Amino acid sequence: MKGGLRRVVNRMMACLTAFAALLVVLPLILILAFLVYQGASAVNLDFFTQLPKPVGEPGGGMANAIVGSLTLVGLASCLGLPLGILGGVYLAESRDRRLPWIIRFLADVLNGVPSIVIGIFAYTIVVLPMRRFSALAGGFALAVIMLPIVLRTTEELVRLVPASLREAALALGIPEWKVMLRVVLPTARAGIITGVMVSVARIAGETAPLLFTAFGNRFWHHGLLQPIAALPLQIFAYAIAPYDDWHRQAWAGALVLIVMIFSASLVARIVTRGRFSGLR
Amino acid sequence: MFRLLIRASALALLVIVLGLVVVMIMAALSSIRAFGWWFLFTSIWDPVAEHFGALPLIYGTIVSSVLALLIAVPLGIGAAVFLSEVAPPWIRPPISFLIELLAAVPSVVYGLWGIFVLAPWLRTQVQPALGATLGFLPLFQGPPYGVGMLAAGLILAIMVVPFIIAVSREVLLAVPDAQREAALALGATRWEVTRLAVLRYARSGLIGAILLGLGRALGETMAVTMVIGNRAEISASLFAPSYTMASMIANEFAEATSDLYLSALVEVGLLLFVVTVIVNALARLLVWSVGGAVKEVRE
Repeated sequence: MKGGLRRVVNRMMACLTAFAALLVVLPLILILAFLVYQGASAVNLDFFTQLPKPVGEPGGGMANAIVGSLTLVGLASCLGLPLGILGGVYLAESRDRRLPWIIRFLADVLNGVPSIVIGIFAYTIVVLPMRRFSALAGGFALAVIMLPIVLRTTEELVRLVPASLREAALALGIPEWKVMLRVVLPTARAGIITGVMVSVARIAGETAPLLFTAFGNRFWHHGLLQPIAALPLQIFAYAIAPYDDWHRQAWAGALVLIVMIFSASLVARIVTRGRFSGLR
Repeated sequence: MFRLLIRASALALLVIVLGLVVVMIMAALSSIRAFGWWFLFTSIWDPVAEHFGALPLIYGTIVSSVLALLIAVPLGIGAAVFLSEVAPPWIRPPISFLIELLAAVPSVVYGLWGIFVLAPWLRTQVQPALGATLGFLPLFQGPPYGVGMLAAGLILAIMVVPFIIAVSREVLLAVPDAQREAALALGATRWEVTRLAVLRYARSGLIGAILLGLGRALGETMAVTMVIGNRAEISASLFAPSYTMASMIANEFAEATSDLYLSALVEVGLLLFVVTVIVNALARLLVWSVGGAVKEVRE
């Protein structure tokens, strides 16, 4: 009964792979369950409106960290998005051989560089010359992380725009930059928004490169040249501190952070699903 | 004008990568001069005496990453096979979606979960049980702290598995259907099709997927810093606290007082950079060779 054995092995392997998939999904469910369970009881209005209280006093919130995270992501976007989108257009449009290949490769390399190394880079070229930790340095580090992601997604999506559209516009005598801004980019818009949201979701949760650039701050920041609080930094600081109340706040912070990140990814998905399907 | 602008934007990336390399080498120079190759092979890390050797960090980084891969590779490839070959079509989108979410969870949240859920569980349940049954092995000796190499390996495994699955699935989907049909036509069962026609064809791409996971594990910072125990010692036991290159930088960089200390930490960063670039470049070449475009979930 050789055939019988083969069938049994077949069944067994199918079950094993299903089991592997289950084991992989399990931690996610566990992590999310704990996050909601621990975080939901600690999130309240104060969390969004109050500054952290000094050690020993219960209550307080992370309003400064939420604003700080938004500021940092905004700063990074100002720097990273224009460079990334325009650079992506170049990669898609250029008829050169060598330079685009090099840049594509370097973008992938930069993508794989641990974020803490990018933190060191930002420290040496922004923090050291200015002699202080600052929001600017944190924003710069995040921009470097976001750049390759935006670059590569933009490239991929601009490539998908049908050549006939572009040719039709060019045939009407419209200058190249206008074709790009008014025809190609709007057509690829949904996809580019997806790329932007994915990169924002990625940098919003980054902690390591902020440790010695943005540095964190227990108060409101005054200007972009000062240290600034960030949600992930605050979660880290509270998690390794020995106070129960801070641990509760760390869970609350993590829940808020996850909700922010998941909504960004969700927006990315919905935008792509709605309009982008027509392009393929 | 416009062409110049977009070209300049693309060149900015080139400038950043070159700048990163040059700046880091310059900042690490005084440490490289002071310690030479000994930096890699000595294990004393003493900021007061200004003597720095990175061996325990290198050891901790490699062991925690290898441990993570030992767990993550069978599970990740198994799950990828399930998603691309075995599962009925209706079940694929929700599972892929969950795995994408797993990839979007920030490192610090994994760390938080690691400290308050994983480490206590290891301390009270897993490590005593392992010590009682397999305690004759040096791997499982010593007091159960919870935090330590085992916790770091587990949390890293959870973190890299989504990347291994995402890339492996792309690679498996890139295998031409003719491969599968040919094997089916010869009377192979589904598993035989997978093993003989699909996995073998996709082998180098799968190795690439594993290397991409390795690259992430080597450089992962926050979650590891929170659960590995942060002690720069080499110990055979998986229960013992350890240290990785990335977590050393995370903990000590902002407090580095002397120039040489800072320089030594930058050199650790440079080392990490070189290793991850090599691993990632290899991975991409392998994945490209199968023809599966590397589709990143979060990268």
